[in-house]
Amino acid sequence: MTLLAVEDLRIDLTAGGISHAAVDSVSFEIARGETFGLVGESGCGKTITALAVMGLLPQPLAIGGGKVRFDGRAIESLDADEMRRLRGKRLAMIFQEPMTALNPLLPVGRQIAEMFILHEGASWRDAERRAVEMLARVRVSAPERRARDYPHQLSGGMRQRVMIAIALACSPDLLIADEPTTALDVTVQSEMVDLMRDLCVANGTAILMISHDLGLVGSMCRTVGVMYAGRLVEVRSSADVFKSAAHPYTRGLVASLPRLGSRAAIGQQRLQEISGVVPSIADFPPGCRFHPRCDRLTDVCRTVAPGVTALAGNGRVRCHHHG
Amino acid sequence: MKLGANILIGGALFLVAVLAGVFAPWIAHTDPVMDANLMVAEEPPSREFWFGTDAQGRDIYSRVLYGARISLTVGIFAQLVNTLIGTALGLSAGYWGGWWDDFVTGLTNLLLAIPSLIFALAIMAILGPGLTSLLIALGLTNWSFTCRLARASALSLKSQGYVQASKVLGYGDLRIMLTQLLPNMLGPLIVIGTLGMGGTILAEAALSFLGLGIRPPYPSWGSMLSEARDQITTAPWLSVFPGLAIFLTVLGLNLLGDGLRDILDPQSRSRRL
Repeated sequence: MTLLAVEDLRIDLTAGGISHAAVDSVSFEIARGETFGLVGESGCGKTITALAVMGLLPQPLAIGGGKVRFDGRAIESLDADEMRRLRGKRLAMIFQEPMTALNPLLPVGRQIAEMFILHEGASWRDAERRAVEMLARVRVSAPERRARDYPHQLSGGMRQRVMIAIALACSPDLLIADEPTTALDVTVQSEMVDLMRDLCVANGTAILMISHDLGLVGSMCRTVGVMYAGRLVEVRSSADVFKSAAHPYTRGLVASLPRLGSRAAIGQQRLQEISGVVPSIADFPPGCRFHPRCDRLTDVCRTVAPGVTALAGNGRVRCHHHG
Repeated sequence: MKLGANILIGGALFLVAVLAGVFAPWIAHTDPVMDANLMVAEEPPSREFWFGTDAQGRDIYSRVLYGARISLTVGIFAQLVNTLIGTALGLSAGYWGGWWDDFVTGLTNLLLAIPSLIFALAIMAILGPGLTSLLIALGLTNWSFTCRLARASALSLKSQGYVQASKVLGYGDLRIMLTQLLPNMLGPLIVIGTLGMGGTILAEAALSFLGLGIRPPYPSWGSMLSEARDQITTAPWLSVFPGLAIFLTVLGLNLLGDGLRDILDPQSRSRRL
């Protein structure tokens, strides 16, 4: 059953009277309890796609077309108050920066408790007790004592656990995790990913994970969407992405991953890279937006934007020369 | 945490003033208004009359104690009203922005352009002398600095991660302002509020000195100074003691404000650690 459906979403950036489509023709679906990863370079539109889903696009960004449906209802049709009640309760989000996402003046237990009070009308006493339970569930040791600690007394990993506890407090239907591990040590990263996955599986929470790290997304998510310059270029199951990436950009991403035991990883060969840089929003190239960096470039790529081609195993790709 | 000398001295001075006002009926020697005694008029300070007596033979020591009640009541409550108005307007203006921000900023600039004492004088002239008019006049005219401070803090705080995060978690605007923004700007607000209280006490003294505040025979430090004006060469104790009371109380509040700033400003705290 479809929980979140993004249909042909366009997000416009309006500056000086001129509109640019920062995100264009993006469609994907997330079923209940499913894990979906969005991958791409910085500035390709991952985060603003997520913010559009939350109904929190900052000025001067605005939805320019398409639909976002959450549990069958179009997000645009909800008024501000309905949207606010949805956020935090059914739609939760974890941010890139666990260092700044907690209020420095409130004990972390209170910040978790606030969610129960806000969304479930719980009493203070009840909310505090459940906050300690949440801390225990995110595997914080001595949760009663930790609940009274202030954010600056906790390590980065601890804070991210608290953020996860806050986000999952009301058992949301969908958790959006925007680069949840970027600011953490590698060892803490994998703990955090495991923790998030375990809790979400236990709650039946679907995950929309956003990252530039294809390896991380591939290990965490069942389906992967690859974004490039505001477009979704390939959607595949994560097994297929590594086995048989169809889009040249996805292939490039896969090839640029260091692999244990490969020649590149032991230092005998340079890691592969994708030459060139992501074009800026103001001058996306015509035709296929990847064509200036592509090694399968032909004339048609320069002028005609490729349509969506269905692939085996529920995959989709946007390329004239896929395969 | 080590308390600075500022806080200790300032706090002690202010505390003495407050205690003097609160316990005036028990520690005063005579009634400040009724116990006139022309037999002992204009006595200099002595063992019997610690601060001397005035032209009607009233004990200055007792009048200064009772005067503390008026001065501090006006100082504390008017400043509280100022802080509430300034914080509410500044916080909401900074957070919401848009036309409301323009409106509040305009109002603040308007208020800053008129000297607040002149404005208070105008209000007193309309309302007439008295304690209530004093509270209204001083409570409505000195919130512009608080407002600017609250607005600036709200502007810088609203881009903080945790304010953004609370929006994502479904907090309403009011809840964000009260639980996320207000606690984080409380430190500077307390400092400005404390410093402003000294200013308000001075303003009350000025209004009473001009005859628009507390009317004789009731004692306030300002009205006592006003009455003592003519005898400043012949009976200087009449003006010295109420003047000292004003001076020490305002000094205490300013020291307290400075000391609180040292403690409450996270930057200066981390520098010391």
